[in-house]
Amino acid sequence: MSYTGWILLTAALVGASCGLIGVLLILRRMAMMADAISHTVLLGIVIAYLMTKSLHGIHMLIGAAIAGLLTAFLVQWLHSRGIQQDASIGVVFTTMFAIGVILISTSVGNVHLDVQHALMGEIAFIPWKVTTLPLIGTIPVATGILALILIIVLGIILLFYKEWKITSFDPALAASLGIPVVAMHYLFMTLVSVTTVAAFDAVGAIMVVAMLITPAAAAYLWTDKLSVMLVLSSSFGILSAFIGYYLAVWIDTSISGSMAFTTGIVFLVSILFSPSHGMVGKWRRTVGTV
Amino acid sequence: MFSLLPSNTQWVLFSTMMLGIAAGMVGCLAYWKKQSLMSDALSHAALPGVVLAFLLLGEKNLLVLICGAAVSALIGAMCIQWIQSVSRIKEDTSMGMILSVFFGLGIMLLTIANRSGGNQSGLDGFIFGQAASMIRKDVYIMSVLALLVIFIGIIAFKEWKIYLFDPSFAKGIGLSVKTMNAVYTFVLVLTIVIGIQAVGVILMAALLIIPAISARYWAHSFRTMLLLSALFGGVSGAGGTLVSTYGAGWPTGPFIVITSSAIFLVSMIFGAEKGMLLQFLQHRKHKRDLLVNWNIRTAEKEGER
Repeated sequence: MSYTGWILLTAALVGASCGLIGVLLILRRMAMMADAISHTVLLGIVIAYLMTKSLHGIHMLIGAAIAGLLTAFLVQWLHSRGIQQDASIGVVFTTMFAIGVILISTSVGNVHLDVQHALMGEIAFIPWKVTTLPLIGTIPVATGILALILIIVLGIILLFYKEWKITSFDPALAASLGIPVVAMHYLFMTLVSVTTVAAFDAVGAIMVVAMLITPAAAAYLWTDKLSVMLVLSSSFGILSAFIGYYLAVWIDTSISGSMAFTTGIVFLVSILFSPSHGMVGKWRRTVGTV
Repeated sequence: MFSLLPSNTQWVLFSTMMLGIAAGMVGCLAYWKKQSLMSDALSHAALPGVVLAFLLLGEKNLLVLICGAAVSALIGAMCIQWIQSVSRIKEDTSMGMILSVFFGLGIMLLTIANRSGGNQSGLDGFIFGQAASMIRKDVYIMSVLALLVIFIGIIAFKEWKIYLFDPSFAKGIGLSVKTMNAVYTFVLVLTIVIGIQAVGVILMAALLIIPAISARYWAHSFRTMLLLSALFGGVSGAGGTLVSTYGAGWPTGPFIVITSSAIFLVSMIFGAEKGMLLQFLQHRKHKRDLLVNWNIRTAEKEGER
């Protein structure tokens, strides 16, 4: 496949998996938790690097998953000790992120790991780091990991589809039905963390937040059905990735930045023109009733 | 110790201390407005404004950059409000969206600025904060604006208290909630934008959030909480800046955050209000008292028998 082809495929995988996770995130009112986790995975990656001295995908994934779970746990713990939820998110992620940045800028600072890269991602370099897999052939490492993550995310969402639905919309009912709500919560946090870290290489920590939240929020304006919302959200994610890439190439700027910006445009179009929840739809209904 | 440092460092220290005090006070207001993460969203949203101001002006004039940042943060705040009011999207989702989309736009513009300016723009410092890059004029601007915020915080103390804790009473005595909201947004945005050069857009929120919740562990009243939060903020600002001067090219923001996190940790454990140690001791004493009572009672029962 061509250079551009690999980049587009990688970006589409990010868009699809983030779009799926994002739907559950916003339905569970945990959008800011995604923001927190996207920052703290940096610490997980740095510590994994310090311990293993390698930037292998699997170490980074484990480090990130631990950091993500730790974030979720600490936020929950501080909240249970009487600090407002959003303030406890604020304390935990800024502290962990600051430690990560300090570790990078003081001791680890080298060509393999720099803050700029971690934050903004460098999707343009992805096609150069390749690996050879049996049956499939030579593919870029990041693309392979992202494909794996997409399969895992899709599998877990489909496997527990009913459970996700009930725990997201009515946690009390879920608990009374005997669904392990807490375990589902931490499973979900793990999914968010591994998706974040897999997307890290491609779009960077902060753009992941855009990819997670915005397409899902846009999809939320078009439909009331969870299954439709999942499909729409990941389609919006892929669409934003494509448009974002060509926009970036056109004006010659940061690819990840422009992808994040494009998700915003998709959302703007949705909020204006969605027939059920958009401005135009509402306006037409108002005019119709008068 | 202070006098041993070069005079420029002294000035930078003074300004970050003022910034910390201002942020501590405003953070207290934000905590009780339940808007801690709003400051995070707004500081990220300030980035495109900074870069756009630089691109339009072609030079790094802090005052202009601050104005750009403020405009862009205010637009972000308005978008967050607007999305919530016209659709069924909740506040946290709209904050997350504005934060990341604005930041994405900021990075796009920053890449363009770095390309045309040959990476000499020094704007990268705005992401993690680089107090060392501040010149004397920047220090003055920052200090004066921070003092303005502190002044507004002190002079309207009674109004803040009523506005935060008893909005219906505020209406009763004719205090305009609308005006207070506007003033609150003004000081919040002002604090954020003056902080972005020293602390950076990503971590600025920490300076608003952490001192306030640390103060909560010691204070019984709003007045004490405000004062302590200002003190903790000031110590974090100056302390973090001091540490970051020891290494060449160390970013200031993360060190300021770590200093305030250390204060938070100490407060959480030893705090006089709801501190963990105190709670543990009280819990143990309570348990012992219960046990003693129970022993006495069983002994009495035995005696009766």
